[in-house]
Amino acid sequence: MARKVVVTGLGATTPIGGDVPTLWQNALKGVSGVRRLTDDWVEQFDLPVKIAARLTVPAEEVLSRVEMKRMDPSTQYGVIAAREAWKDAGIENVDHDRLAVAFATGIGGVWTLLNGWDTLKEKGPRRVLPMTVPMLMPNGVAAAVSLDLGARAGAHTPVSACASGTEAMSVGQELIRSGKADVVMVGGAEAAIHPMPIAAFASMQALSKRNDDPEAASRPYDIDRDGFVMGEGAGALVLEAEEHALARGARIYAELAGTSVTADAYHITAPDPEGLGATRALKAAMFDARVQPEDIVHVNAHATSTPVGDKPEYTALKAALGSHVDNVGVSATKSQMGHLLGASGAVEAVLTVLAVHERMAPATINLDNQDPEIPLDVVTTARDLPEGDIVALSNSFGFGGHNAVIVIRSR
Amino acid sequence: MASNEEILAGLAEIINEETGLATDAVELDKSFTDDLDIDSISMMTIVVNAEEKFGVRIPDEEVKNLSTVGDAVNFISQAQA
Repeated sequence: MARKVVVTGLGATTPIGGDVPTLWQNALKGVSGVRRLTDDWVEQFDLPVKIAARLTVPAEEVLSRVEMKRMDPSTQYGVIAAREAWKDAGIENVDHDRLAVAFATGIGGVWTLLNGWDTLKEKGPRRVLPMTVPMLMPNGVAAAVSLDLGARAGAHTPVSACASGTEAMSVGQELIRSGKADVVMVGGAEAAIHPMPIAAFASMQALSKRNDDPEAASRPYDIDRDGFVMGEGAGALVLEAEEHALARGARIYAELAGTSVTADAYHITAPDPEGLGATRALKAAMFDARVQPEDIVHVNAHATSTPVGDKPEYTALKAALGSHVDNVGVSATKSQMGHLLGASGAVEAVLTVLAVHERMAPATINLDNQDPEIPLDVVTTARDLPEGDIVALSNSFGFGGHNAVIVIRSR
Repeated sequence: MASNEEILAGLAEIINEETGLATDAVELDKSFTDDLDIDSISMMTIVVNAEEKFGVRIPDEEVKNLSTVGDAVNFISQAQA
């Protein structure tokens, strides 16, 4: 019998809340964190996309000046979320050789990389700061969190574009199941609201151009959706071997009962229109958790609000859950906070754990005219989930054909 | 041309910005490594910032000879002369 993995701590900093209690309150209420960007570079480059979802609590309000200088924004966000999760878990004694980190990012230290390039061009090589490399490397977040916690059982960095945060859950689960760690800080962080990534995503027609109505721009499943909105932030969860959590009398939010990761091997960016890779991921995750489609009561969908992306996820859910898909309340929380790329799976895992723990599915906003080709039961106002044993899923898919699914079971 | 007092004050500001150390902890006889706990990466950042602030060049091979704050003040003072 595999070791059970439970969730005992949660942390987040997001466009709809700088900590978990605020995030959760707003996710239930249904608010938009998307705003018109006021940075000089929006006009300077005449960016076609002028909206994004920024953190509600800037990192400089949480971290010291020296920490800010020594960390890329992505690492700042990751450390903020991880500290909240660690405090929330209340672990007083831990064998640091059995404490690991699996902290994902989609892009990594893009601000540091591009600032360093600007400095090189404008001022020459001497002025490129010595901290540039440790700040730009994608493992910088995992390394900083490991250093912060004294986690010595490995610091891993799953990188699978927008599936990264969910893949981190899978890595953490495996570390505990295999006996290599007893406690793992898992999560994801992203800070890519910079003109270059915005221009690049816009160039591939992935972003919403609803510049005059930012709060309505992220609208998964709506017939008028026109792309995703870039968000930023981080989510973090403390995963713990069940016996370790029970021995210290920990508060257990839920069980991470199953995970899976698959690859489409279909196209570098387009999702398989039949959703075959996603279907396999859903089925494999449910098998891993030993649950049946009828056990599922809630799905936190990937649902980014792109015209081509939202439908294959429905196709996959229908294939994996059969007719039971009609009985499942689906929340598309990117409608509220935009798409946090490599952090999205981690923040959505936090929301899915809370949904199961609090027995309440968060709201999906901006669904005015539901796409008739996606007849899901979308949760538009926060909805009660049933009593008894319940199970929820959270999906993430990423450019490169990455599919990752987690299964959360109530305790 | 900055006086030695001005160079010390400027260095203290740079060190404070980089490490968070209080400016009055930065004294002439303090060792960068043993007293101020400044690692090699921070030292290079401080050197590059000092070059810009005082308009001097501090060659890489010279940095290892700057063991105390006073050594750095003297080097910058002479380089400015």
